[in-house]
Amino acid sequence: MHGFANPARFLRLARWLTPLLLVSGLAITGITLVWALLSAPAERLQGDSAKILFVHVPAAWLGMGGWSALAIASLTELVWRHPLAAIGARAVAIPGAFFAALCLATGSLWGRPAWGAWWVWDGRLTSMLVLLFLYLAYIALAEAADRDGGNGRAGQSRIPAIFGLVGAINIPIIHYSVLWWNSLHQPPSIAMGKSAMAPVFLYGLLAASLGFSLIFGGVVLARMRTILANAQTEARLRRKALQEDFGEREDA
Amino acid sequence: MSLTPMKAKHQRLVLALIALVALIGAGLLAAWALRSQASFFYLPAEYAANPPEAGRPVRLGGMVEKGSIRTLADGVTITFVIHDDKARVPVTFKGIVPDLFVEGSGAVAEGRRQPDGTFRADNVLAKHDENYVPREMKDMTSEQARQAIEETK
Repeated sequence: MHGFANPARFLRLARWLTPLLLVSGLAITGITLVWALLSAPAERLQGDSAKILFVHVPAAWLGMGGWSALAIASLTELVWRHPLAAIGARAVAIPGAFFAALCLATGSLWGRPAWGAWWVWDGRLTSMLVLLFLYLAYIALAEAADRDGGNGRAGQSRIPAIFGLVGAINIPIIHYSVLWWNSLHQPPSIAMGKSAMAPVFLYGLLAASLGFSLIFGGVVLARMRTILANAQTEARLRRKALQEDFGEREDA
Repeated sequence: MSLTPMKAKHQRLVLALIALVALIGAGLLAAWALRSQASFFYLPAEYAANPPEAGRPVRLGGMVEKGSIRTLADGVTITFVIHDDKARVPVTFKGIVPDLFVEGSGAVAEGRRQPDGTFRADNVLAKHDENYVPREMKDMTSEQARQAIEETK
């Protein structure tokens, strides 16, 4: 695992992997969504509004998957002190928050025609909203911790990692909310090995999920490269400032 | 020489695992304590066994009984029965219902219990189930559709 502890090796890999993930993800997502809009069948009861599932469900999975990745990276940072783990966790936060917000927005658009309400305080919807707030809190906390304690470097402070682990408790709550409590949101259509979706919806959903996941991966890699580059700039500026400081003193 | 850092790493791992177990335990306890309060609605069986006081706003959720939706003479008031396998509750509602509100499917009525035991809804929400079926199969019941999906897989 520490093979990638060397940022130079990671950067060599990320340099070609980032555009590959982004381009293939955009292509797959684009093709799937055009197909969904133009030729996917209407659903028996929901009609065309069911097609929102091709965005809503991948967004929900990635919102939850993002925090799971963030929690695993936080654990890796805390226990093994892996230098890229803190950067990875910070890189996941923004796309994770984006997909959680996208899930809430598309769900709300679907809820109005299907349920008759934009929003209800149901267990599933509320716990998903909490996830979005957790992401926003993590972003603010990591930003503040890196600026004040870490001299602008990710991972100098372990407080965001602890927050990332604590927040993981919400993930099983989101998943089981529709099973533990009576809720307006339907139970999962897809469980291990069985599906209550017609194949045409299922395969479309899997293709859209693959596309969105590739985009997610590409954005995370791009964010990690940005954070590493920023740290490098910061270090160079500091060195330069020190040298100038030293030079002035010699002149005097 | 390598013994000391190994030890610290293991110590951190054990600490993190203990913290995780404590957290998950706390979360499960909280969810367990919330299990009735966090429910979005009463089921007909709960409603019949332990009726909420008349006039208090509650939600009642279950299946809309087949053949029970009737439009009254005024044209805007409908009556229907929400049931589960243990109890059935008659509901009246004046207003427009969502598209997915159909007999044999799930619904949640927001309103108040009347002194005569019926339920007057101020708002009706439709509940979609987990089945996604193309429109070509719309004449089938959910059960038949699920079988059709099974066969084509």
